[in-house]
Amino acid sequence: MINHDIVIIGGGPAGLAAAISCYENGNQDIIILERDNSLGGILNQCIHNGFGLHTFKEELTGPEYAARYVAKVQSLGIDYRLNTMVIDISKDKVVSSINETDGLMQIQAKAIILTMGCRERSRGALNIPGYRPAGIFSAGTAQRYVNIEGYMPGRQIVILGSGDIGLIMARRLTLEGALVKMVCEIMPYSGGLKRNIVQCLDDYNIPLRLNHTVTKIFGKERVTGVMVSEVDAFRQPIPSTEEYVECDTLLLSVGLIPENELSRKAEVAINQKTQGPEVDESLSTSIPGIFAAGNVLHVHDLVDYVSMEAALAGKNAVKYVQGLLKTGLSIVIESKNGVRYTVPGTINPDNAEDITVVRFRTSDVYRDAYLSVYLDDERVMHLKKRILTPGEMEQIVIPKKWFAERPNLKKITIMVEKE
Amino acid sequence: MVKETKNIICIGCPMGCPLTVEIEDGKIKSITGYTCKRGEEYAKKEVTNPRRTVTSIVPVVAGELDMVSVKTKTDIPKNKIKDCMLALKNLKVDAPIDIGDVIIENVCETGVPIIATKAVKRR
Ligand SMILES: Cc1cc2nc3c(=O)[nH]c(=O)nc-3n(C[C@H](O)[C@H](O)[C@H](O)COP(=O)(O)OP(=O)(O)OC[C@H]3O[C@@H](n4cnc5c(N)ncnc54)[C@H](O)[C@@H]3O)c2cc1C
Ligand code: SF4
Repeated sequence: MINHDIVIIGGGPAGLAAAISCYENGNQDIIILERDNSLGGILNQCIHNGFGLHTFKEELTGPEYAARYVAKVQSLGIDYRLNTMVIDISKDKVVSSINETDGLMQIQAKAIILTMGCRERSRGALNIPGYRPAGIFSAGTAQRYVNIEGYMPGRQIVILGSGDIGLIMARRLTLEGALVKMVCEIMPYSGGLKRNIVQCLDDYNIPLRLNHTVTKIFGKERVTGVMVSEVDAFRQPIPSTEEYVECDTLLLSVGLIPENELSRKAEVAINQKTQGPEVDESLSTSIPGIFAAGNVLHVHDLVDYVSMEAALAGKNAVKYVQGLLKTGLSIVIESKNGVRYTVPGTINPDNAEDITVVRFRTSDVYRDAYLSVYLDDERVMHLKKRILTPGEMEQIVIPKKWFAERPNLKKITIMVEKE
Repeated sequence: MVKETKNIICIGCPMGCPLTVEIEDGKIKSITGYTCKRGEEYAKKEVTNPRRTVTSIVPVVAGELDMVSVKTKTDIPKNKIKDCMLALKNLKVDAPIDIGDVIIENVCETGVPIIATKAVKRR
């Protein structure tokens, strides 16, 4: 058994930022374990620009953003292993992994940071009738084919789901000469960023069909077409609206799920809404000493926030190893009326930084509404919002002085209010 | 007199205000539909000089990776995107490549170079 103070699982932007933060906060006994053959995570295949506007005040591509963190990790001499798949974590923080040179490696950690990212929902979760012919890909898989392997998944394409990856791929495939016939979205709004709708669809005259879904897939060996239908207010297809669309490829961009098989093995409590671990202000999970950050915790649209979150997890992992993280009573954050979840879900005032950033998504689109924060029954924040949409993560900032002023505070409530 | 109306969506924030620009003889006559100043400025730029950054990949010879990702160093006029993609077709580059290496010096007379966005070591 090898010993390390802090083991970081996953070398994407979250893992890299967590490692740098651990180092800079005074703990150098760190190791990053990454199953892929390079560091950088999903960013390696996100060759489009739009990363790092908040952090570097310039628009970088995914690989460029990752490279800055990789260079930092290397210059600090932080230890990492590539092609190393973590297969198990135990409650008492033994991390088991395998790779070709070390075989099975077991590391006893004092703290673990989970940064495994997320995976895409697959067609299985969707239940579209039809055979399972070739030509059905998740948008992220297609992205890897095109951008890493230089291989086109098809020529005539329909995309189901208007998440950002689907939108980005609509443009990418069009630029490479494919015909993207339409993007179907079952909801009345897109889950993607506005900027992607304009620059990836409108720029290339690719139609976005809101309130539409794919109801059947045709073709036995290879996709030959799909049936597209409008849906009613209950998201049920309206039979009279069926339209056959010829295509050889169907891309699914129907959402991401945090990758938490390992977290479950360690018996980390999972939040049903985010599908990521329940965490407190320190980004500690229900198991003391196991922290989580990035897409494994909740799905982010902007990598800048992933890096910030992970830096906080790193700092707190160091504190935990030093025995400086306090245990004790926590204040619960309740999400209500249109606020779907919050990360973190609890705050222990003894550990809170000067400000605690609470990130969340709404469950619907709200126009001209208010974002309110209540401390027990007292409303302390009432922000007018022209728009709130599930596609864009929101955040509010809770100053530490609120806790000092109210020693008996039990609950913080965050909600959307009409007035 | 040539009159033209352009409908665009502002990308300044998630509101996505639908903007309408009236153009007469190539000059902006009116801009409507914005909720804040940023929308007006965006509309002006989109109508007079729309620009985009183009990103793609180029095959690598003798590299540890098969493809290197590239981008136009700054944005280029939107109507040059197609030509820019054509200029990248049938191109190959030799490893090693560093981030920032120039792949094409002045793509399609835009004055903008295409540069590598990934480092690829020699195999
Ligand atoms: C297609 C796409 C487009 C995006 N576009 C933008 C954009 O334009 N702008 C922007 O700011 N953000 C964008 N994002 C968001 C941003 O890239 C992500 O939020 C960010 O990459 C998440 O970082 P992460 O480190 O949490 O996860 P990841 O990048 O997924 O990294 C997780 C890492 O963990 C490793 N791992 C997982 N399980 C194991 C295991 N068992 N053992 C060892 N290693 C493991 C994985 O191999 C991976 O390297 C985009 C995301 C995607 C998917
Ligand atoms: S005009 Fe202003 S409010 Fe409307 S989308 Fe643009 S930036 Fe947002």
